[in-house]
Amino acid sequence: MPDYDRLLAAHPFFNEFQADYLHQIACLATTVCYERNAYIFHEGDAAEQFYLITRGHVMLETFGVERRGSISIETIEAGEVLGWSWLFAPYRWHFSARTLEEVEVIVLDGVSLRYMCEADPMFGYALLKHMAVIIMQRLQRTRLQLIDMYRADGG
Amino acid sequence: MLVERNDPMLPRWYRIQHRREELANTFTVTLEPQDHEDIPVFDCGQFNMLYVFGVGEIPISISGDPAHPAPLIHTIRAVGNVSNGLQGLKSGALIGVRGPFGTPWPLALAEGKDLLLIAGGLGLAPLRSVMYHVIAHRKAYGRVTLLYGARTPEDMLYRQECEHWRAHLDLDVAVTVDRATESWRGSVGVVTRLIAHALFDPAKTLAFVCGPEVMMRFCAQELEKCRVPGEQIFISMERNMKCAIGFCGHCQYGPFFICKDGPVLPYYQVKDLLRKREI
Ligand SMILES: Cc1cc2nc3c(=O)[nH]c(=O)nc-3n(C[C@H](O)[C@H](O)[C@H](O)COP(=O)(O)OP(=O)(O)OC[C@H]3O[C@@H](n4cnc5c(N)ncnc54)[C@H](O)[C@@H]3O)c2cc1C
Ligand code: FES
Repeated sequence: MPDYDRLLAAHPFFNEFQADYLHQIACLATTVCYERNAYIFHEGDAAEQFYLITRGHVMLETFGVERRGSISIETIEAGEVLGWSWLFAPYRWHFSARTLEEVEVIVLDGVSLRYMCEADPMFGYALLKHMAVIIMQRLQRTRLQLIDMYRADGG
Repeated sequence: MLVERNDPMLPRWYRIQHRREELANTFTVTLEPQDHEDIPVFDCGQFNMLYVFGVGEIPISISGDPAHPAPLIHTIRAVGNVSNGLQGLKSGALIGVRGPFGTPWPLALAEGKDLLLIAGGLGLAPLRSVMYHVIAHRKAYGRVTLLYGARTPEDMLYRQECEHWRAHLDLDVAVTVDRATESWRGSVGVVTRLIAHALFDPAKTLAFVCGPEVMMRFCAQELEKCRVPGEQIFISMERNMKCAIGFCGHCQYGPFFICKDGPVLPYYQVKDLLRKREI
């Protein structure tokens, strides 16, 4: 079995967490590998896992406008985290996540993590603080995408 | 006659030797001088003033190989009067050229260091000459990375060349697009997100950033977050120009004349200006 305490401590999302917290989280961890073009989760499904990507690229996508297939939103890659819908009601994925190549992830049981947050507000605060940074970064990036900065009439 | 040739305000006549459509509204021209004399040598990052008869004159970066200044190569996006005028010209047509002008990318300063090139949209044009130079002098630099962001896969400039650079084992090339459909198997998201994933030693890295101002601003902020000092970040600024030699003040940007003090400027010198509107 992988040494999840060490793997989590090395991950940018968890590297500032205390060792005892890391150990509790490590108990919720498993490793899963996906083939290329596999769906890790689908938009609308129950969100119960928190994914740390350790290898490969994943595309977040949503349903396409009529006949245009799916629309790619953003690529998430090794070193990044995937999904926060397990943390917020109604606990449903807002997007689908599809692998662009072989992908390896550490999967954490999101429901148990949520219980840990409720039971230990210090832990809950630390987790939410880190998640807020991720959400803020993604929001900033989405805003830049929306600006459409390379468009021909003003790029 | 000699006085005239050295007058930086007098254009020399060049013939469009060849033109290549790059994207829907973007094309590359190769130019040869009508007088068959040498084309001036240029440094990476410099620009020429291109003059279309009866329409006007605009600054355009030189996007060719500095080791082979002939023919002269420019990639142009048609956005308004003069650039549309250029787009309307066929091979064989004559245009006026003045230059090269402006400050270059500080390649000598980058020797022995990691080099991070970040291009957005058409900003790859002035950085292409840097790529040519770096590939020709590869041993002079540490890790070399090109991060390129385009609007969509269809808007990627120099796509074949990017593929070619990507195949170089001693170059790291990462491309991302702001939006894409399912068929695109590459990265989606703004170019700033590539920075955190790039491998470089921040203390020993020079970053050259070129693209729309908003993109350069956010890239510079991201670079600083990754601990690249502001003095090691260089950006290429754009302003409307008339004389291109520091006389008319048309291109003024705070205390700088972009034609003479720029276009390439150290980020720390313009950082505060970039935060202000309408300068
Ligand atoms: C140092 C320097 C290097 C440059 N290098 C290149 C280059 O390699 N290739 C290239 O295509 N352009 C380059 N430019 C930009 C180019 O000079 C302008 O696009 C050009 O001056 C526009 O003139 P115009 O007469 O065609 O358009 P105008 O009639 O002056 O403008 C028409 C419309 O286009 C908009 N516009 C003006 N400039 C731009 C722009 N840069 N991008 C998007 N919209 C714009 C205006 O806001 C206006 O709405 C460079 C500019 C500078 C200062
Ligand atoms: S264009 Fe005249 S001073 Fe710069």
